Amino acid sequence: MNAKTKQKTLSAIDVHDLTVAYREKPVLWDVDFQAPQGKLLAIVGPNGAGKSTLIKTILGLIKPAAGQVLVMGKEYKPQSRLIGYVPQRGTVDWDFPTNVLDVVMMGGYGQLGWFKRPGKEEKRLAFQCLEKVGMADFVNRQISQLSGGQQQRVFIARAFMQDAPIYLMDEPFAGVDATTEKSIIELLRELKQNNKTVICVHHDLQTLKEYFDWVMLLNIRRIALGSVTTVLTPENLRGAYGGRAAFLAGKDEEDVKK
Amino acid sequence: MNFSFIHQIFSDYTLQVVLLGSLTIGISAGSLGAFAVLRKQSLLGDAISHATLPGVCLAFIITQSKAPLILLIGAGIAGWIGTLLVMLITHHSRIKKDAALGIILSVFFGFGLMLLTMIQRLPSASKAGLDKFLFGNAATLLKEDLHTMMILSAIVFVVLFLLWKEFKIIVFDKDFAQSIGYRINWLDIILTTLIVVTIVIGLQTVGVVLMSAMLVAPAAAARQWTDKLSIMVLLSATFGALSGMAGALTSSLIPNLPTGPTIVVFVSLIVMFSLFLAPNRGILSDYVRMQKHRKNIRLTSMLKNLMLFSEINTDPFHPHDIAALDAIGRGAINKTMMELSKKGMAQQFADRRWALTPEGLRMAKRLTREFEDKIYDQSTS
Repeated sequence: MNAKTKQKTLSAIDVHDLTVAYREKPVLWDVDFQAPQGKLLAIVGPNGAGKSTLIKTILGLIKPAAGQVLVMGKEYKPQSRLIGYVPQRGTVDWDFPTNVLDVVMMGGYGQLGWFKRPGKEEKRLAFQCLEKVGMADFVNRQISQLSGGQQQRVFIARAFMQDAPIYLMDEPFAGVDATTEKSIIELLRELKQNNKTVICVHHDLQTLKEYFDWVMLLNIRRIALGSVTTVLTPENLRGAYGGRAAFLAGKDEEDVKK
Repeated sequence: MNFSFIHQIFSDYTLQVVLLGSLTIGISAGSLGAFAVLRKQSLLGDAISHATLPGVCLAFIITQSKAPLILLIGAGIAGWIGTLLVMLITHHSRIKKDAALGIILSVFFGFGLMLLTMIQRLPSASKAGLDKFLFGNAATLLKEDLHTMMILSAIVFVVLFLLWKEFKIIVFDKDFAQSIGYRINWLDIILTTLIVVTIVIGLQTVGVVLMSAMLVAPAAAARQWTDKLSIMVLLSATFGALSGMAGALTSSLIPNLPTGPTIVVFVSLIVMFSLFLAPNRGILSDYVRMQKHRKNIRLTSMLKNLMLFSEINTDPFHPHDIAALDAIGRGAINKTMMELSKKGMAQQFADRRWALTPEGLRMAKRLTREFEDKIYDQSTS
């Protein structure tokens, strides 16, 4: 088998029988999950479904109780730089004394190695990444002065700086206005065109079909995984969201009739 | 008088040691403190410094020696064990971090005080002098102490310089740092160790009770003046050095004045000054900004009210009674009208009646239009 065909059949991310527990309570239970390469994939599910935990476990931030994570067919090590990461905006202190360019350059720290400082080349790259997300005018802005949507775009620029084949984003659309949401989804589509794999934790079932082509419904267990049209059935939604799904499913059927 | 004072500083051997010692402490505590404050670990510094006391006492009891290096090694080990216990308690029990810090601080410090009292009752001749570790005594610093302190702080600085970007990223975004392959546990341990060493450096001079002030106060003051990490660290080190030297000098010149509290008085002055007067983040500048904002709102709404009134009349420059304007205005009516007239946007008529000027009407129209544009933008985006 030559390298090219091997790459095509390989899942970007391949999770086997993953179980994660905080104390005795399982957060993820026996999850199997394959992310095909070059797709925009959404992880969807109710609060406490384990979406962020799944992402963090894939990245190696959380140790699973059982199971295995393969990234591009290999056991994942953060040092291998295959994944760009966009954490939830709220997890950092935006009053930290630094500016936009500096935060974006952090995306290149992994490549730099111990002791080395970022230099001119890193600055140039960081500026390019900021241009891509439409934040070039904010290079020297204090991060405490950014709006929510701007913070999100800075984080995405930082992930671009990592220049990885796979991107994991934890709720990139949370708390941003409609304009920013549109521009972020444009960025994700561009990534897809460049054959990158993008996996997002997503909350809005209404925009799911428009934004993503692959989806996993998660509620501690995997409820369903596949293309958006095959996965978004009333039964699957009920499986993920329980009784509340009657409303969601009804809405969805109306959409189908249109 | 002045001359002889300066002369005394440069010729007096004790004073030189005191000044260099407090300079060393101020710089290292100031720069490491910046990281402690940004990691929201200010209280950890306090717990560590209190936790060092039993280490000092045990080191003396075991070795019967008052050699600074031995006592400081004891202090460092005890401080480290205290930190470790705080981490273990927060990880493996349901006790929250602040409670864990409180427990370790009081238990270790209490045990230390007990040991100190015991030592003081010993018949041995060498017992005296350990109590300087409570509130610090710069005047008893020897050249050997100074050398120990300088070597330790040189080590701290080399590590800080080499791991600058690593420390920066684990303080700002731990998860991200880990996701790009940084061994955050190790970096965490190294940074905390540097803080322990920094506290140990200052123990003899500043004392266990107030050493945390040397970590936290200069850093908090420095944060007020800048939004750049490197400048914050430099400023913090400068503030630490200045207050350290001023405090140490004052306490050496005035008999029976403990060094730690004197340094804290000086550093408090710097903190108060920074808290109130720093541009952007200072309380005064906040207040000024708020007043400006309020004035702006008052003037804007008065202009709009005047325009609203004029729409009832055919003449937009028809004067209105100040009582009517006051009834629908936002307070401070006389001040508001005077400010508007100073800007040439309103004019007074003899009988306490006010009207828009053409300039005022133009401005009122513009403000209304801009506001409507803004609302329109939001509803369409």
